[in-house]
Amino acid sequence: MAFIPHTEADVAAMLAAIGAAGIENLFDEIPPDLRVKSLAGVPPELNEMEIGRLMTERARTDGAPLSFIGAGAYEHHIPAAVWAITTRGEFYSAYTPYQAEASQGTLQLIYEFQTMIARLTGMEVANASMYDGASATAEAALMAVRANRKSKSARILVPSTLHPHYRRVALTTAANQGLKFEDLPYCTAEGITPAASLARYDGQDITALVIQQPNFFGRLEDVDALTDWAHARGALVIAVVNPTALALLKPPGQWGSRGADIAVGEGQPLGVPLCSGGPYFGFMTTRMEHVRQMPGRIVGRTLDVAGHPGFTLTLQAREQHIRRAKATSNICTNQGLLVTAATIYMSLMGAQGLARTAAAAHARTRELVAGLTRVPGVHLAFSGSYFHEAVLQLDRPVAPVLKSLSNRGILGGLDLSGYFPELGNALLVCATETKTSADIDRYRACLSEVIQAARAA
Amino acid sequence: MSTVPADLKYTSSHEWLRTLPDGTVEVGITDHAQDALGDLVFVEVPEAGRAVKVGEPCAVVESVKAASDVYAPLAGEVIAGNPKLKDEPETINTDPYGEGWLMRLRPAPGALTGAAFMSAADYRKLLEAEGG
Amino acid sequence: MPMPEKLIFEYSHAGRGASDQWPRDPGPAALADLPAKLRRVRPPELPEVGELETVRHFTRLSQLNFSIDTHFYPLGSCTMKYNPKACNQYAMLPEFLARHPLAPETHGQGLLACLYELQEMLKEVTGMQSVALNPMAGAHGEFAGVAMIRAYHRARGDLKRNEIIVPEAAHGTNPATATMCGCAVREIPVDAQGDVELTALAAAVGPNTAGIMLTNPSTLGVFERHIGEVARIVHQAGGLLYYDGANLNAILGKVRPGDMGFDVIHMNLHKTFSTPHGGGGPGAGAVGVGARLAPFVPIPLVGKDGERYRWLTEADLPQSIGRLSAFMGNTGVLLRAYIYMRMLGREGMQRVGEYATLNANYLLARLQAAGFAAAYPQRRASHEFIVTLKRQARELNVTAMDFAKRLLDYGFHAPTTYFPLLVPECLLIEPTETESKDVLDAFVSAMSQIQKEAEQEPARVTSAPHTMPVRRLDDVRAARQLDLTWKPTAQS
Repeated sequence: MAFIPHTEADVAAMLAAIGAAGIENLFDEIPPDLRVKSLAGVPPELNEMEIGRLMTERARTDGAPLSFIGAGAYEHHIPAAVWAITTRGEFYSAYTPYQAEASQGTLQLIYEFQTMIARLTGMEVANASMYDGASATAEAALMAVRANRKSKSARILVPSTLHPHYRRVALTTAANQGLKFEDLPYCTAEGITPAASLARYDGQDITALVIQQPNFFGRLEDVDALTDWAHARGALVIAVVNPTALALLKPPGQWGSRGADIAVGEGQPLGVPLCSGGPYFGFMTTRMEHVRQMPGRIVGRTLDVAGHPGFTLTLQAREQHIRRAKATSNICTNQGLLVTAATIYMSLMGAQGLARTAAAAHARTRELVAGLTRVPGVHLAFSGSYFHEAVLQLDRPVAPVLKSLSNRGILGGLDLSGYFPELGNALLVCATETKTSADIDRYRACLSEVIQAARAA
Repeated sequence: MSTVPADLKYTSSHEWLRTLPDGTVEVGITDHAQDALGDLVFVEVPEAGRAVKVGEPCAVVESVKAASDVYAPLAGEVIAGNPKLKDEPETINTDPYGEGWLMRLRPAPGALTGAAFMSAADYRKLLEAEGG
Repeated sequence: MPMPEKLIFEYSHAGRGASDQWPRDPGPAALADLPAKLRRVRPPELPEVGELETVRHFTRLSQLNFSIDTHFYPLGSCTMKYNPKACNQYAMLPEFLARHPLAPETHGQGLLACLYELQEMLKEVTGMQSVALNPMAGAHGEFAGVAMIRAYHRARGDLKRNEIIVPEAAHGTNPATATMCGCAVREIPVDAQGDVELTALAAAVGPNTAGIMLTNPSTLGVFERHIGEVARIVHQAGGLLYYDGANLNAILGKVRPGDMGFDVIHMNLHKTFSTPHGGGGPGAGAVGVGARLAPFVPIPLVGKDGERYRWLTEADLPQSIGRLSAFMGNTGVLLRAYIYMRMLGREGMQRVGEYATLNANYLLARLQAAGFAAAYPQRRASHEFIVTLKRQARELNVTAMDFAKRLLDYGFHAPTTYFPLLVPECLLIEPTETESKDVLDAFVSAMSQIQKEAEQEPARVTSAPHTMPVRRLDDVRAARQLDLTWKPTAQS
């Protein structure tokens, strides 16, 4: 019996101690008409060898194409030590650290994580993580409404250059609590949010402004001007940032003259594999003055009864298991395993490794853009500065081109025409440090072939 | 057995009220409440000048195991929140009826007429019924 | 006794680093096009440590943890069953790890087949019509469930229905979720036997009732015997039934929530389906719905056209409550749950409920025989049960917390303490089906020992634990003097 150690003798002895005739008698409180008759829809059991074969075959079916897709999930080198340690049973199969004495490993690790993420974002305090970058953004909006006492409107300005899925998640999560998300139009020629689109909100009660850097198109926004505009009008600033990029770009804590108020983002680039979208983790940081409005778990350092330093979950009174209906959120999780991987990753890479990774990714993307725009019919959509991701425009619909490329084992990028029809035949491409010049040249050559073949047809 | 000073008025949500000579009303939480909460770690008091309605949550008292709203027992304007509680929230534990006051309110006109607050004796009965 | 481990920052030395992990330097020209005013001026202060130092540090940290792999971990309501290594190994095959979430479906038929079959198996074991795998945790699944209930009523023009009924013994996520969905919470009492009070329920339902959130077996560890009547009362009043699947392990393969009348359920794949707890996450909170709520499920789902699998999105489900995750949820967790369910198969699924219940009832019987008081002595245990130590607290001044701490010295992680709030000085104990009789006997032995100590040498218990790296951390100090990030000059 898979994972069940009982022998017949064990079962007999146990039933005797209970005073029941059979296991079925233990279910005698359950009305008989509710009992399951059969589970025909579940296939018969497989042993480990059999499931191993099945999964290996299925993985092989999916193969390993050469991928140039970014759009919120990024392929980076992950040192072998990261997951060798993260999958140790003591981390992998431990529970949430509610019994602090039995969980000092997890608690100390989270404290180290909080410290590193706060430093990376240039903010004062971090929580132990959220589910992902999108839900962290939604929670940041809810937090801004709580924290911005002077504002009553619950209006959140959201640039159209924010990742479209993040916008959708924010709506799904927060719309039922009375938040109003308003879209800020972007400049279609430049791919960024111009100061002009903010001007019409002058004099109005705005609770918060969301700023993503780099934005969804990979373009760099004028974060200082946007931040100062928001603060001058009593709005809080929610920064949505890429952690690898923060090794080289100005962190949210230093945007404008006062810095952002809340900074969130997707932590996946820090040692977490792509794995078709999850599990990832969202990070959230803020100023100390807002720490009580921040959802999620937080680890603090304290002393024990003998005066020794130790770590424990703190500020739990805000959380669901105590505050119940008045909790800051219903969240009951932090992405512990992924935080473990990210903390080990950040320790191994350090600031220099992270900066090298960011620089190499940027260099590769520039190389990719240069290569692909040599193909006739392909040009760069926005002329301004971008970071590790860029938008190209083709002279023909993107979907058939991507299909032909994928038949040749290349995933060329993300087709933007469904999300941003006003950009025409637009393609979002990304190259990280994992791509070589040979890879990039292969893409260029294939794209050239595909487009020529399409022209000839 | 918790203390219930005879000269104060009480609410069923464990707040006390003291009318001051200048007509303002001082509000806090009772000895029973502070004992149930445990060591207080954080207190948030309302800002001076804020108008409150009766029953409106206007302060928060937080311990390790619970965070509770404190409700305005009457309509009026906040004259002051106790500034001592920002750095010394434990004052409420040690002196809930004295130095641990939460806020002072100027009652709105007519707010006190017909208002049904409990006497010390009635509040004590409530505690006994609740098993406190 | 494990030695305390320094912080990673305390190992840091300028110039150290695992440089073989860094990509080759592209040179300064690579960044020439980035505007200076957007550049970071000073690098972030991350540790500068070598690879061996890092490996040692984090390995030593892991050794400070209790875990299922090392200790019996009978946390009630958490289902700490063995996490099979095969689930991890095959979920982490390189092709699965390397696949981008936005890769085309043509390059994902293997993955999609696993996810589709997982949806189908979960439908079968829960008796629901449609399953969405994308919520990323139990609480996230709860949110989806309540949001769907709300969407259903609004779609029918029934805008006044915004009250959610919750038993007073419910887990805190239930009322917190209701609030997050913009609903009001109405609590109803449970009776002395642990069942929902039917008269109170009948009085609580009405034209404002959106639905009721229930766990069955309940958080008190007993089966809600009147569930048929509860369903009738709520449905008749126009409300819907939400099932909190936290305790699904008790009835897996024996009873199906769909058959009990529930309209929507969330499952905790990290409990019932053995995906790793990972020190706090990641979870996965798949939701299952009946026909009424099927149009509202959060996207994406996996669909099948002939022999090809594809994603179902807003275009296929225009009334969906929307997107809960940037991509498709915690795919790696879903793969682990799939592998687990395939290994159990239909035979194994039924054994889960049976042996989880056998283990719980055995442990309850032995603890009662050893003199401990069950909170509901006349009820069968489900997969978990509550022992109350209020007598020990009253007569010996030894509390449930003290027992929990002393158990650590005996090499057992404590059960859940002080939840549910209704039962004073309680221990909520869930052994799960993967524990052997020997382990359960050893636990009873330890509890009996601690009881003896409580009678003869109470200080030994009230000042426990004695063998852990720290002892009784000051959480008042932790909340008053917030130390949440390390500062080099901080004094302890």
